[in-house]
Amino acid sequence: MSMYEWVETILFFVVLLALVKPLGTFMAKVYQGEATFLSPVFVPCENLLYRISGVNKDEEMDWKRYAWAMVLFNLVLFAALFVMLMMQHLLPLNPQKFPAFTWQLALNTAVSFVTNTNWQAYSGETAASYFTQMVGLAVHNFVSAATGMAIVIALIRGFVRRKTSSLGNFWVDMTRGTLYILLPLSLIGAILLVSQGVIQNFNAYKTVPLVQSETYDKPKLDDKGNPLKDAKGNPVTESATAKEVTIPMGPVASQEVIKELGTNGGGFFNANSAHPFENPTPLSHYLEILLILLIPGALTYTFGIMVGNTRQGWALLGVMLLLLIASFAVLQGVEADGNPLLAKLGVQGANMEGKEIRYSLAGTNLFEVATTGTSCGAVAAMHDSLTPIGGMMPLSLILLGEIVFGGVGSGLYTMLAFAVIAVFVSGLMIGRTPEYLGKKIEVREMWMSIITILTAGIVVLILSGVAMINTQATASMANPGAHGLSEVLYAIASMANNNGSAFAGLNANVDFYNVYGSLAMILGRYIPAVAVLAMAGSLAGKKYVPPSLGTLPTDKVPFALWLTLVILIIGALTFFPALALGPIVEHLQMIQ
Amino acid sequence: MKEIRPAILMLILFTVICGGIYPAVVTGIAQAVFPKQANGSFITGKSGKELGSTLIGQPFSDPKYFWPRPSAATDFGYNPMGSGGSNSGPTNPDFIKTVKDRVKTLRDTGVTGAIPADLVLASASGLDPQISPESAMLQVARVAKARGVSEDMLVKAVAQATEGRQIGFLGEPRVNVLSLNLSLDGLK
Repeated sequence: MSMYEWVETILFFVVLLALVKPLGTFMAKVYQGEATFLSPVFVPCENLLYRISGVNKDEEMDWKRYAWAMVLFNLVLFAALFVMLMMQHLLPLNPQKFPAFTWQLALNTAVSFVTNTNWQAYSGETAASYFTQMVGLAVHNFVSAATGMAIVIALIRGFVRRKTSSLGNFWVDMTRGTLYILLPLSLIGAILLVSQGVIQNFNAYKTVPLVQSETYDKPKLDDKGNPLKDAKGNPVTESATAKEVTIPMGPVASQEVIKELGTNGGGFFNANSAHPFENPTPLSHYLEILLILLIPGALTYTFGIMVGNTRQGWALLGVMLLLLIASFAVLQGVEADGNPLLAKLGVQGANMEGKEIRYSLAGTNLFEVATTGTSCGAVAAMHDSLTPIGGMMPLSLILLGEIVFGGVGSGLYTMLAFAVIAVFVSGLMIGRTPEYLGKKIEVREMWMSIITILTAGIVVLILSGVAMINTQATASMANPGAHGLSEVLYAIASMANNNGSAFAGLNANVDFYNVYGSLAMILGRYIPAVAVLAMAGSLAGKKYVPPSLGTLPTDKVPFALWLTLVILIIGALTFFPALALGPIVEHLQMIQ
Repeated sequence: MKEIRPAILMLILFTVICGGIYPAVVTGIAQAVFPKQANGSFITGKSGKELGSTLIGQPFSDPKYFWPRPSAATDFGYNPMGSGGSNSGPTNPDFIKTVKDRVKTLRDTGVTGAIPADLVLASASGLDPQISPESAMLQVARVAKARGVSEDMLVKAVAQATEGRQIGFLGEPRVNVLSLNLSLDGLK
């Protein structure tokens, strides 16, 4: 790393950590219903929303009702978006006259945005109208994020409350998360992004002349618009000349910011955050990484405040930082070394395939680990073109279950499930009844934690296996050999863990990935979410056990290291064989 | 079923707030405060016509122009309607051959020594407007010969089109290829 890269990387973490406490404190106040500086403006709005939708904000819910409200809300969100995508051609704000989505693609896209995955089997600039992007997709970016945050708040209440069944009110938590946290931060972030050159308009796409016209081979189409093939099966092409190009426009900044802040990741354009209109300068780049990590990081502090000991939050944040920095260091090392096969041709420098010039290599790599450690899935570089070990870093972060900062809310609740398991295992080793945050960990908590952690892994391994014997699934691979396996593994891991990034060479818009992928996203999102709420309900009903001499302190460094080890062992036991066949084999082939 | 009413009404209300009011407010502020950026950072030529966006690269292959990075955009290089990378894996034989061909094209113009990676490897967006200063300097001799101008003059033009690190330390120095070529043609 150059001196400049060291400076920008260190400064980035300083800024991030400096924001954890103020934002974490603010969020704790919001969820506990205390007054904040935004209250004078938003309390009347909030009350109006409750009145119209018939919510009694003082009414508490038990875990079953909380879960039911969450699932029902998500069902309604899904249905609305599905219908909107199927009717895109009939709706307004569609200056490019894009047609409706097919049902398979609409299903996949609607599930993808409702589950906070934002896997995109379509290409934004050539398939989605402004109405779809703004009214359909952007709304889901907000409420799917607020849903994740509400669930983790309910879990924290489970730890805090004693001998009760009530966990709060889903509608209130969801509304407050959106109004007080996501909207104000988005507004500030969007204006900052526009100042850097991210576009924000409703203009029709613009046509400009090319300085030097471009001649290219265009695939010849038959009368029905299908590509023609010659006798050998190769596509028939004809020579064409482009004298002008069409530059897409749109309300990008407003969607860009919530895409990162809500760890959604669905890009306005196909190239996502590598597109110059989504991410034009180094400053916008670091701002976007900050937006990705901001809420998941600050939530650890919110957790600390709510459980009455902020060191509990710092311990979890420490584990997250350790894993993030370790994977960043590996990625930076292998990418800076470049591709040995290209070095033989006289090409000098880092692996620049699929990377932009304007961000430094360290900045690019930091974005990649941030987007996959969280459930964001926006990309500022093409992960498919990373070196084999480099590509294994984002893949591994996804497979660990997105706990390295993690998705907004979902990252922290999965991390808390890991903490419960770590406490339990250490309890067995020292022969004491395991306790965490003053609550006894018993059979029900263990079951729910295991379900939370292993659901995505089981889905990934089974579906990847199915994909390997499905000809449609394997025909979608863009690269031969071990790399093709990595592409499929990455795609399914990304969907099951609600990440949404891709080894994008894989042609994902086929029935196999659209339909099975939707299933993976649904299972990967709702099974853990409901299990977490069930655990919250069980914990809330327990009495408080004051810490004694035999209690394992969970706010100290040894526990943080132990927790890290437990995470790595579970991850390695589950996925090492699959990784060995994909990225590791490819690495050995490359250095031969 | 008590939750069905809030589920439907919350969806409608948040659609109005997050999908209507919020983007409208952002657009209003953006258009008032940063109109140039919000509309795509377009370059207006001497004739008053828009010549392209500083943020969106254009394809160049004529020896008299500085060449941008290879582009893997769909249909043709630097097609703004087909943003994206090659997604080639690092060991893909087709990819290695493509890079070999690109290296040969550069060698044929008289380039010797090591070649900066950015000049022969495709960007992520397929629209990357910039190249590294090293990649620009590598092309000075070719462009000078094709245009019949002095290399000194081109070195100055490259320096003028080079953007430094933002706020002194963020990102990498870079040369905007479209701006550079437009200034060589005297259009800007």
